Amino acid sequence: MEQFLLNVNGKNLEVNVDPNTPILWVLRDHLNLVGTKYGCGIAQCGACTIHLNGAAVRSCQLPISSIGKNKVTTIEGLSENGEHPVQKAWLEHDVPQCGYCQSGQIMSASALLETNTNPSDEEIDSAMNGNICRCGTYTRIKAAIKTASKS
Amino acid sequence: MNKVKTSIGRRSFIKRSTIAGGGIMLSFNWLASCDMTPNQVKALPKEWFKINGFLKIGENGLITIMSPNPEIGQNIKTSMPMIVAEELDANWDDVIVEQAPLNTSIFNRQIAGGSQSIRQGWNSLRMAGATARAMLVEAAAQNWSVNQNEIITSKGQLIHKATGNISGFGPMASLASEMKVPKEVSLKEISDFKIIGTSRKNVDGAKIITGQPLYGLDYSADKMLIAMIIHPPAFGMQFKSMDTSQIKSMPGIKDVFSIKTQLEDYTKQWCDTDSFNEIAVIVGETTWQVMQAKKELEVKWELAPEKTEKVQGWAGEFKATIPSGLESSSDHMKLMASMENKKAKVVRQDGNPEAMFKKAVKVVERTYTCPYLAHNTMEPMNFFADVTDDKATLVGPIQTPEAMEKSVSSRLGMPLEKIDIQMTRMGGGFGRRLYGHFLTEAAVISKTMKSPIKLIYTREDDMSQGSYRPTYRATYRAALDKNNNLIAFHVKAGGIPESPIAANRFPAGAIDHYLAESWELKSNISVGAFRAPRSNFIAGAEQSFLDEVAEIAEKDPIQFRLDLLQKAKENPVGKDNDYDASRYAGVLELVREKSNWDNSSEGIHRGVSAYFCHNSYVANVLDIKVENGNPIIDKIYCTVDCGIVINPDAAKNLSEGGLIDGIGHAFYSSMSFKDGVPEQQNFDKYRLIRHSEAPKKIQVDFVKNEISPTGLGEPTFPPVIGALANALYRASGRRYYNQPFITDKQIVG
Repeated sequence: MEQFLLNVNGKNLEVNVDPNTPILWVLRDHLNLVGTKYGCGIAQCGACTIHLNGAAVRSCQLPISSIGKNKVTTIEGLSENGEHPVQKAWLEHDVPQCGYCQSGQIMSASALLETNTNPSDEEIDSAMNGNICRCGTYTRIKAAIKTASKS
Repeated sequence: MNKVKTSIGRRSFIKRSTIAGGGIMLSFNWLASCDMTPNQVKALPKEWFKINGFLKIGENGLITIMSPNPEIGQNIKTSMPMIVAEELDANWDDVIVEQAPLNTSIFNRQIAGGSQSIRQGWNSLRMAGATARAMLVEAAAQNWSVNQNEIITSKGQLIHKATGNISGFGPMASLASEMKVPKEVSLKEISDFKIIGTSRKNVDGAKIITGQPLYGLDYSADKMLIAMIIHPPAFGMQFKSMDTSQIKSMPGIKDVFSIKTQLEDYTKQWCDTDSFNEIAVIVGETTWQVMQAKKELEVKWELAPEKTEKVQGWAGEFKATIPSGLESSSDHMKLMASMENKKAKVVRQDGNPEAMFKKAVKVVERTYTCPYLAHNTMEPMNFFADVTDDKATLVGPIQTPEAMEKSVSSRLGMPLEKIDIQMTRMGGGFGRRLYGHFLTEAAVISKTMKSPIKLIYTREDDMSQGSYRPTYRATYRAALDKNNNLIAFHVKAGGIPESPIAANRFPAGAIDHYLAESWELKSNISVGAFRAPRSNFIAGAEQSFLDEVAEIAEKDPIQFRLDLLQKAKENPVGKDNDYDASRYAGVLELVREKSNWDNSSEGIHRGVSAYFCHNSYVANVLDIKVENGNPIIDKIYCTVDCGIVINPDAAKNLSEGGLIDGIGHAFYSSMSFKDGVPEQQNFDKYRLIRHSEAPKKIQVDFVKNEISPTGLGEPTFPPVIGALANALYRASGRRYYNQPFITDKQIVG
């Protein structure tokens, strides 16, 4: 067990955990931020995507000891009240079916739009390919990303 | 208006229960808290008046509608309350939705399965809204001293034109809750619908996109511990012993033990697992700590002997034998191939197919196969349990709460009334959560620990547990005469451990000489319903075969099918045909029109298919473009006849999902075995369709009619596999017979 100081969603937080604990489980079990989902544990499905200094990363493979002073943003901290353009576009297109993968999809999409405000279909595919949706909402996700990119 | 007798259970009309604030359903406040629609502007009322088991109305006009069935992504949590709100004549913006708990005295068939929720809920949901509306009208009539027949309702208002009286539902709710339940109510004419048939947003949408706790895996309670399991590594093996001494001293670990999901003399229900009964359990404080202990725990397994189990089937109790042995996929393929020459069970015969095959000028024979599939819901199996001496509270994702309540009651030796099952939103179902062993396991673990626990399966536990889509094989034969008329048809199909045949479906009924034969092989690899069971294979096989027969007969593939359907409509063969040939032809004609089939463009390779299953009709035209030697799905035209469409945009979403899911599984996915061990246990080896592989565009069109609604969760999945195979053929010159297509011969190029 070790003490860690984290910056999550703009707040400084302290946790006392095994240094190998992936940030996914720190968020879910210790900080009660359950919007970040467990899907595979091996960085293959994208359900656990968060932002580390604004870049999309898979939290299931990221030990807390590697976070340091980097800023962690989760779906809960993406915007105040779901007002991020990507979240608004998701509602406009009524994207979710079961919804479980969607916070990871939204985190990947919002990170993409931070660096590329007008991505092509191919750029969207490439940025989003690590996020699986078993319900098959891919065409709506792409449409929502395009809507968000225009706002 | 149609007068109908009310048939809602009396207990659903509990009189005047004016519980303030959080409402009457306080016991599931975690699930019900603040389920506001995005449009919700009204504050929560000071007082709720329960009109019936489906709804309560606040003094300020806010309406809570209970959604009775489990939500797995099919969006019934929005569409079922829409039906109630329609007959209530509510203003949808005044409606908040709560997930109902399991309560068989109020709600019918609280199952998510078989694409049946809307179809089977249709009447009772309408009735619930209509009776509540009638009680509000009666209350207003008393209040205003006018004739209730003169009162109209509109968008949450009661109006008496002659006197100018107008009231919202809120002020009348208290009095309405004291009215007698009418013996007869009027239902709206379909043409008067104002909510049904209009697109309404997912009531959980705002919560989903902000990451609020909704799913079983998100559930937590005070003093809750985390439990994980280890099941045998191979089908055909069972628990023997384990050394727990080192593990118990690991950080955060509370206990390590083994449990039996069911006891020896238990008669299994259909929703109980056939996989591993005795499993190792580790309980600890946090998920990561338990995961570490799980890696270290050494369990000894042994070969399982042949077992005989009592099973409660639809037609009574029977004994099922589960063979011993460690099975491999290579052996499965050989065993299935060996069935070709063995006698099989005739499940339908019309005319004299044998004689006609002898007379045929051309005989076309093709064989199709598919592998096992894992469900892979994105949210792995999990359940919360808090079992004490006198109560069991179970919370989580389950498609079959009613059946599992019986299962857990038997296992705990606790009467049904002491068991409280609450349903969370589910991170996917697809049939996997029909089999609720994880619920029973959670209950047994909680009872053993005397503590609330949440059981979590890792992805590997989930993918290697079983309940798979079976592996199937089908051989089709068609006989053509010298004029290329289809004169006889033969299908012989089977699988491990069940056959995919639906003998009375098209083209049965359209061909005078028809034979369907079925076979099955036993296995200890457990299977379960997977989105559109059996149809998810046989539709693609049949629709690929018909395409090839049409080509050999030199006919247009749509016209070829329509000609057969015309025959089935005008002069059907046999009496048991389970489809309506007109509706079947209707979706094909519509897709021909929408896709502009007769004027296709250059560089576009098109495949068509149509199928009827789960009471709905679907046709597809799928367009492939070849770019750099790779097949790209450019567009899918999908036409659907599921009767009245409740929530059109959500229905389109679900249809699109079924198409993508069908394409993905047919093209990429496979579960294989080596000596009983599942060879794919996570998404590094198990392929699911990804963003870049999804169709570029999907257009869904619904046939407009006033037929009572049927389901949509399953029907778009099966036929698209045929359209895909047929389009791939047009693009590549190769027919695809063996799923997954990615490993069947060479991909286009």
